[in-house]
Amino acid sequence: MDDFKPQIVAFCCSNCASSAAKVSHGMKKALPDNIKLIQVPCTGRIETLHLLKPFEEGADGVYVAGCQEDSCQYISGITKAAKRVKQVKDILEGLGIEPERIDVFQMSAGKGQEFVEVANRMVDTVKGLGPVPTA
Amino acid sequence: MSELKAGSNLEKVLRAGHFAFTGECGPPQGANVEHLIEKGNHLKGVVDAVNVTDNQTAVVRMSSWAASLILLEHGIEPNFQMVCRDRNRLAIQSDILGAYSMGLRNMLCLSGDHQSFGNHPESKNVYDIDSMQLIHTVKTMRDEGKFLNGSDVDVAPKFFIGAASNPFAEPFDFRVYRLAKKIDAGADFVQTQCIYNMDKFREFMKRAVDMGLHEKCYILAGVTPMKSVGMALYMSKQVPGMDVPESLIKRLRGAGKGKVAEEGIKFALEQIEEFKEMEGVAGVHLMAIEWEHKVPEIAERAGVLPRPVV
Amino acid sequence: MIVAESKPIKELLEMVKDFKKILVVGCKGCVTVCNVGGAKEVGILASSLRIHGRKEGRDVVVGEHTLERQCDPEYIDELEEIVGDYDAVISIACGVGPQFLSERYPEKKVFPGVNTKFMGGAVEHGVWAERCAGCGTCAIHLFGGLCPIARCSKSLLNGPCGGSSHGKCEISKDVDCIWDMIVNKMTEQGRLSELLEFRPPKSWTTARDGGPRKMIREELVK
Ligand code: SF4
Ligand code: SF4
Repeated sequence: MDDFKPQIVAFCCSNCASSAAKVSHGMKKALPDNIKLIQVPCTGRIETLHLLKPFEEGADGVYVAGCQEDSCQYISGITKAAKRVKQVKDILEGLGIEPERIDVFQMSAGKGQEFVEVANRMVDTVKGLGPVPTA
Repeated sequence: MSELKAGSNLEKVLRAGHFAFTGECGPPQGANVEHLIEKGNHLKGVVDAVNVTDNQTAVVRMSSWAASLILLEHGIEPNFQMVCRDRNRLAIQSDILGAYSMGLRNMLCLSGDHQSFGNHPESKNVYDIDSMQLIHTVKTMRDEGKFLNGSDVDVAPKFFIGAASNPFAEPFDFRVYRLAKKIDAGADFVQTQCIYNMDKFREFMKRAVDMGLHEKCYILAGVTPMKSVGMALYMSKQVPGMDVPESLIKRLRGAGKGKVAEEGIKFALEQIEEFKEMEGVAGVHLMAIEWEHKVPEIAERAGVLPRPVV
Repeated sequence: MIVAESKPIKELLEMVKDFKKILVVGCKGCVTVCNVGGAKEVGILASSLRIHGRKEGRDVVVGEHTLERQCDPEYIDELEEIVGDYDAVISIACGVGPQFLSERYPEKKVFPGVNTKFMGGAVEHGVWAERCAGCGTCAIHLFGGLCPIARCSKSLLNGPCGGSSHGKCEISKDVDCIWDMIVNKMTEQGRLSELLEFRPPKSWTTARDGGPRKMIREELVK
């Protein structure tokens, strides 16, 4: 399983997480290249279907990286996103797929270090689970 | 003295002005007739009538009319209970006729605990009519000889009609009005929910007396002795519409190991003493749940024995 | 509106396990408003079915379509063109939808994708509560505009029962005792005396108890 390179889709809030991404870039702390970053204006705008679609298209994991609850510009964006992630976890479970394949993380703007850590953590988790089976 | 409505022992005792004393007996969860008779025998001669519960707390038991008949055969006067949860108006009226035909003379009309409490929560709840309407149905059948649809009853069933009242449920202010409504609907006697909060009950009775309700209906005060602190806590927390004051729980706790049940009985005896004197209270309904064998002792100590023969 | 909830995905997977071409049909009526059967939910269910198909290595084709309403034949006709391509149809409208679909397309296997629960409304965002049991002879004006038939656990017309406690129903602390509300409201409105009147047994002939119901409006019948 060592050569398994999980395909992971990350939805990032352009206010904080993405700026963290930039900082991390500046710090030359590269993001693993198997992570596909999708920037969104606010994680609260991510619909349940957006979170499911990557799995339909073959992703092994999905995560949302958003602001801290108190620093969200749109008030409750990340809280909403967390609820949708929970909904998708339930759906995955119903489908017989590990709910750990989707998660939500909160981070502060400009914390490049944190951003990379989260990405690596997700990669590790999904690596541990292996690919979504395709029987 | 006007004619008796049903001529049951309970009615006669009350009519003669005696302080009534009624008991309660839950039918078995099975066809264990012996056990039922054994429980009934503890109450024989000690109470004026025995309430026979109808799938109490929505747990399936031997039907209340059948258990009532068994007690009747053994010389114990039953107070046949009927709830509205399990029967529609057809079954209700036919059971009224059947129960009367077999010799039952007291009938207590209840809404019944919702089935979600019991052991068949999946069942459909009927509630075709409510307890108020049930009281009225029994009265209409008895006094007017009419079914609910207005057609004639061929030989009217003559029941002494009972109702329940819970002075401790909410909204408190409405409770006495609801009692009045039940009396208007046809209740001849009323048995209250177990009383623990005496202050509240005194207030309730004062209001009932002010409205003259005690002159239209016999009000029997409900008493259930506490067996343990656990029971008191359970009643106070888990049973909706039950009011167990903190002071009573404290008192039971203070009784010390092995003495709680006696303290519970003492409290019940004090209550009974007060009820004997309380204006508007015509008797006591003692619900000693699964403690039937204690009833003779409690009755003795309460000074209500021997029961009047009327 | 009619309030429904999605069936567990496991139950749906079991229902359609033998089919490879599945059409998910939504409805823009009540179920869209209560977020279980609109275009969004059609997308989610269809995607879930595809993900599962992929996982199981089955080539499942899932179509998506959302109708204006499923309780009107004129809108259902719209499926005529596409339904032929599918073996199974999952309707995520209220219980009326899948029945109208199976009546209109008798050769199709139609499955209900939601559990239809009650007639009610949103009491707060994401929370719906029952308000009407469709008894056929509305009388809420007698009860301060509150319905004891739908909202009292025992449908008491002469309530409240002895289990009412702190404004809650005896069945659960999560259920309001409607009779507590009725008494309070009638008291506030100075109409307590109306509650002292005996309400006789209701005729349930107009409710479901009288048999399946139908309504005919002559002036509209063509
Ligand atoms: S009285 Fe009947 S029609 Fe009116 S709200 Fe209640 S159930 Fe619905
Ligand atoms: S507690 Fe209230 S709502 Fe519940 S059954 Fe009794 S009267 Fe009805």
